[in-house]
Amino acid sequence: MKAGIVSYGAYVPKYRIRPEEIGRVWGEDGATRGKGLGIMSKSIPSPDEDVITIAVEAARSALLRAGIDPQDIGAIYTGSESHPYAVKPTSSVVAEAILAAPDMTAADYEFACKAGTAALQNVLGLVNTGWIKYGMAIGADTSQGAPGDPLEYSASAGGAAFIAGTERIIAKINGMYSYTTDTPDFWRREGQAYPSHGGRFTGEPAYFKHVLTAARRMMELEGTEAKDYDYVVLHQPNGKFPRRAAAKLGFTDEQLAPGLLTPRIGNTYSGAVPLGLSAVLDIAKPGDRILVTSFGSGAGSDAFDISVTDEMERFNRSAGPLVEDMINVPEEYYVDYATYVKFRGKIRRKGD
Amino acid sequence: MNMPRFWREKQGRYNLVGNRCTNCGTYYFPKRDICPKCHRKSIGKMEEVRFKGTGKVVSWTIVHDAHPDYKDMRPYIMAIIELEEGPRLTGQIVDCSLDEIHTGMRVRDTFRKLSEDGKDGVIFYGYKFRPVKE
Ligand SMILES: [Zn+2]
Repeated sequence: MKAGIVSYGAYVPKYRIRPEEIGRVWGEDGATRGKGLGIMSKSIPSPDEDVITIAVEAARSALLRAGIDPQDIGAIYTGSESHPYAVKPTSSVVAEAILAAPDMTAADYEFACKAGTAALQNVLGLVNTGWIKYGMAIGADTSQGAPGDPLEYSASAGGAAFIAGTERIIAKINGMYSYTTDTPDFWRREGQAYPSHGGRFTGEPAYFKHVLTAARRMMELEGTEAKDYDYVVLHQPNGKFPRRAAAKLGFTDEQLAPGLLTPRIGNTYSGAVPLGLSAVLDIAKPGDRILVTSFGSGAGSDAFDISVTDEMERFNRSAGPLVEDMINVPEEYYVDYATYVKFRGKIRRKGD
Repeated sequence: MNMPRFWREKQGRYNLVGNRCTNCGTYYFPKRDICPKCHRKSIGKMEEVRFKGTGKVVSWTIVHDAHPDYKDMRPYIMAIIELEEGPRLTGQIVDCSLDEIHTGMRVRDTFRKLSEDGKDGVIFYGYKFRPVKE
């Protein structure tokens, strides 16, 4: 494939909450819950942050690092399940906020947690045909769990943006593979504030079946094994699933850990794999090979086989914030449950 | 917030777009039609610029009696920021503790929600500022 990743940028909101604090309110042992999920804390957007602001911050960071003219971006696609508007795109605001509009195309994508990687496949395709010079794909979410629902321990916020192009590629796409079925593991009906999950459909028949199939098939197509990769980035709804999936695929903790952020920031949904890949690109060196597999409920997985190029040596990484620097926050940003529900708009107010 | 006016001023609010008098080199935010220093000499010489977004706090205050749009964030910090290029503007400082804020603090712009026209109305976005590591 001619098209590859020429830049990336990430964004994680600064506020956090711990499972102990959530459990305290609901009469559960939050510490044990957190341990069970492999989550020590999760990110919370400030009241003035949403998917649009997260997408813009990530997009601006990607643009600063690339040093390209935003007018050369021919497409922006943003994948999320928490777009601020049901009708009115996130991507058009992003386009204006990075000065890429108006000679371009834009749309929002939805496919639970894999909408961001679906967006990436599409911009790579458009760049590859020569129809656009650069394309931007963003995965971002500010996901919500219903009050008292187990999802409250994990649903968090964050996102990352990738720019696809054909010149000065920092991450080459060796191959892509997707696996899609109709599976009722997790959904949210139109107009509902909180999602529902399909109990016995959530683990084996959904996450594991799709992630393992897509990752294995990707390696078959490339003729590779787990040991051929330096890093693996898997969708991470909690800290446990990706560890188990990685082990089943033959990957070690060392290959998984750099791109596994959920233990510290929670499940950023559409932002999860994009942020995990960003964290890996933050430390990757020329020649490193990365296997990436997302997962979206409903259900599907997108796999990418990626090689870091020599161009990474010249890449202006420091023009944007590193994921690790955004993950670590001072203690004062850890809030109590009351502040959390106020920030997330979970309090019913007059006029609501 | 007035919708037509907001949309007219969107480039300023989204991207800190102002202008510069090419006669004397002074930068302006928001944009000016003519340079107040050069008057007629600046006609046709005002050039649009996008500010870098970096600057420093020249004065600040902690707001307790909040505007309804900012109630969820109170107490919060409002500051006068001097952009690197020179112009001064007022903006909220976010992701900054009340102990941390000080005159001379280095900040950069960040894209945030400014307000919304109710739960079913349009959302207004624009610049705020956050501390940068020194
Ligand atoms: Zn002048």
